Amino acid sequence: MSYFSRRKFLGKTGALISAMVAAGFITSTAIAADYPTAEVNTTGLSVTDDTVTVGILHSLTGTMAISETGAQEAEKLAIKQINESGGILGRQIKIIQEDGASDWPTFAEKSRKLLVNDKVAAVFGCWTSASRKAALPVFEKENGLLYYPTFYEGLEQSKNVIYTGQEATQQILAGLDWVAEEKGAKTFYLIGSDYIWPRTSMKIARIHIEKVLGGKVVGEEYKPLGDTQFGSVINKIRLRKPDVIFAAVVGGSNVAWFKQLNAAGITSDKQTLLTLSVTEDEVLGIGGENLEGFYSVMKYFQSLDNPNNAEFVKAFKEMHGEDSVIGDVTQAAYLGPWLWKAAVEKAGSFDVDKIVEASRTGEIELDTAPEGYVKLHPNHHLWSKTRIGKWNKDGQATVVYESELIEPNPFPEGYQ
Amino acid sequence: MNFVYERFLGGKSGALAIGILALLILVILPLALDLFRLNLVGKYLTYAFAAVSLVLLWGYGGILSLGQGIFFGLGGYAMAMFLKLEASDPESTSIQTTPGIPDFMDWNQLYELPWFWVPFESFTFTLIAILVVPAVFAFIIGYSMFKRRVGGVYFAIITQVIAVILTVLIVGQQGYTGGINGITDLRTLNGWDIRTDEAKYLLYFLNAILLLGVIMLGKFILTSKFGQLLLAMKDKEDRVRFSGYDVSNFKIFIFCISAVIAAIGGAMFTLQVGFMSPSFVGIVPSIEMVIFAAVGGRMSLIGVVYGTLLVNYGKTAFSETFPELWLFLMGGLFIAVVMFFPNGLAGIWNKYAPKVPFLRPLLAGSKKAESKTEPAKIESEPTTEGAK
Repeated sequence: MSYFSRRKFLGKTGALISAMVAAGFITSTAIAADYPTAEVNTTGLSVTDDTVTVGILHSLTGTMAISETGAQEAEKLAIKQINESGGILGRQIKIIQEDGASDWPTFAEKSRKLLVNDKVAAVFGCWTSASRKAALPVFEKENGLLYYPTFYEGLEQSKNVIYTGQEATQQILAGLDWVAEEKGAKTFYLIGSDYIWPRTSMKIARIHIEKVLGGKVVGEEYKPLGDTQFGSVINKIRLRKPDVIFAAVVGGSNVAWFKQLNAAGITSDKQTLLTLSVTEDEVLGIGGENLEGFYSVMKYFQSLDNPNNAEFVKAFKEMHGEDSVIGDVTQAAYLGPWLWKAAVEKAGSFDVDKIVEASRTGEIELDTAPEGYVKLHPNHHLWSKTRIGKWNKDGQATVVYESELIEPNPFPEGYQ
Repeated sequence: MNFVYERFLGGKSGALAIGILALLILVILPLALDLFRLNLVGKYLTYAFAAVSLVLLWGYGGILSLGQGIFFGLGGYAMAMFLKLEASDPESTSIQTTPGIPDFMDWNQLYELPWFWVPFESFTFTLIAILVVPAVFAFIIGYSMFKRRVGGVYFAIITQVIAVILTVLIVGQQGYTGGINGITDLRTLNGWDIRTDEAKYLLYFLNAILLLGVIMLGKFILTSKFGQLLLAMKDKEDRVRFSGYDVSNFKIFIFCISAVIAAIGGAMFTLQVGFMSPSFVGIVPSIEMVIFAAVGGRMSLIGVVYGTLLVNYGKTAFSETFPELWLFLMGGLFIAVVMFFPNGLAGIWNKYAPKVPFLRPLLAGSKKAESKTEPAKIESEPTTEGAK
């Protein structure tokens, strides 16, 4: 055997081994016997020798159902895929689903049910800040673990929550920098729905615009949740002619807001608009033609061009229908079960304290995320990229800008 | 003693019914349920306060209020403000720009405690406020409407509008009220941790006993001369007026009483659930309270407690078992009750209980006594004219 062929042989064996690793034959078939239940579960969670139970808690009914459906479907998809690849520590994941019914106290009640009665090992759920705030004391009291998918206002860091969406600074600062540089924007008009997330976001935006970008805020306005009258705001916008409208209008109001803008002739060929609150899910309601040419700043768009995302979109549509769309939060929700799996495997345990400890090492990372590589920061938020998408008529966005990985900073110094 | 028996318990059948209810909520449920379920029952029983208040106001007074959530909310918010201030000591809020104020104020760029929050640092003031604020509010609403002889459906609509206004106000003024999130993360009451298991048990029993007390107070009111006047007003308001009574004052009075009762429920709710939010103030919760009363039987102080328990149990059980279908099942339940049992659970009891052999002697004796002394007899043959 010549030297050459021996090297070739070694190379082949190496390739074989790495193929086996990749196929999950070696790493993922961590058999349950290697992890006896008594050792991986010392706090009485619902873990048996071959199953582990988790909870999914989203609104299936009520006004939030439209928004939360995607998240809940993505979580189920992730869990199904994890089960197919051998489960977690050799155990198949079982789901107990509860309906938060768009009602904050119900979220608290159902959280307590999942944690106290069902002893679930983790909960994937909540969408609005209000529901998270209602459920949070329950998770802290019962020492549960919540994977929360929505981009939100920050100013929070609980031991018992892993935040898989972006906190405010990750989303906002990169977006403002881009628009200032790319469009030479100097004057901004801020508008949002009247609750904590838009208010906090705009507070950060105003400070960044005035102190860092040297720009000017020419108007700041908040409309009640669900409000559909934007006439007076639109008049003010016409009067003050801002370079950029920076918007965080949510829910049903979004439909009225964009249609009225359009009807007033404020379209993308004359006006730059950057919004924090429109994902593919919202576009379904607003209609692509009303949004064409406006920009959204998000960490994920369905149109992202990478192999992970192609696979994710395909699997999601197979499971939930060809017409389904995937928004930012849906993708973030999909990360939840995977991040939990990574942390459980690192900790070698289902105990919440050990998972939290493992999550805080800064070594939990996912190469397979549809949005691209993400890493869990010790502050329970994700390092992620921010992207700017330009909306097309068909309800999909073209990504026009992508940042580097941005460090999460839920308590931004100087922005409070 | 006989006075207490006749007036507060409502004679033999009344005493029996209260006894059964007390047995159920003070003994059977605590023994049969684990703490999680018991805590849920405790939460339902706080809604029962609102349902009881509607028996007095709507069942007997014929005044349909679609705004009991207002008073439930006022009581709940008063308690929540006290608890929130206690939870916001400078030490645990040290990461804020202004330590020592509630977290949501800090997020909303408030730098000091608003003046109307300051008195809620006192527990005594809070307890008084829970009773007085709703009463004063009800007095203002009642005075401005009943004195002008606004009644019936107009009154119902106006109360509903006030509920909406209050919700919008709370949501809009989030720096002062916590907005749509409500006031969350409440921890201790005068240093006593309300989140522990013992505290949950204790609060449950306190709540149950208060509820029984309120029911007895209700009996007392209904067996008084005032109670008879209420019924008379409901059936023919003009005749009472022509007899020389000032109808509006009676209406204002019962409206205030019902507001206070609902507010006690709200305060107990905050203590047991650990937060308060505008979702208990608006139209939906207010109408739900009317549904509890309708399902239980709006002429029965005790029936509505069962009605509240049944509806809420249905909500929880259906939504746990059929997360995607449960609203339809609840709808079905309401339709069935209205179609087949227009007088609610109490109607079923009054119709069928006398036919049960071992109950007959217990009930038969009291029927005569009742017809002599009190209007509670109406319970079995409700006058439907006034409030439908």
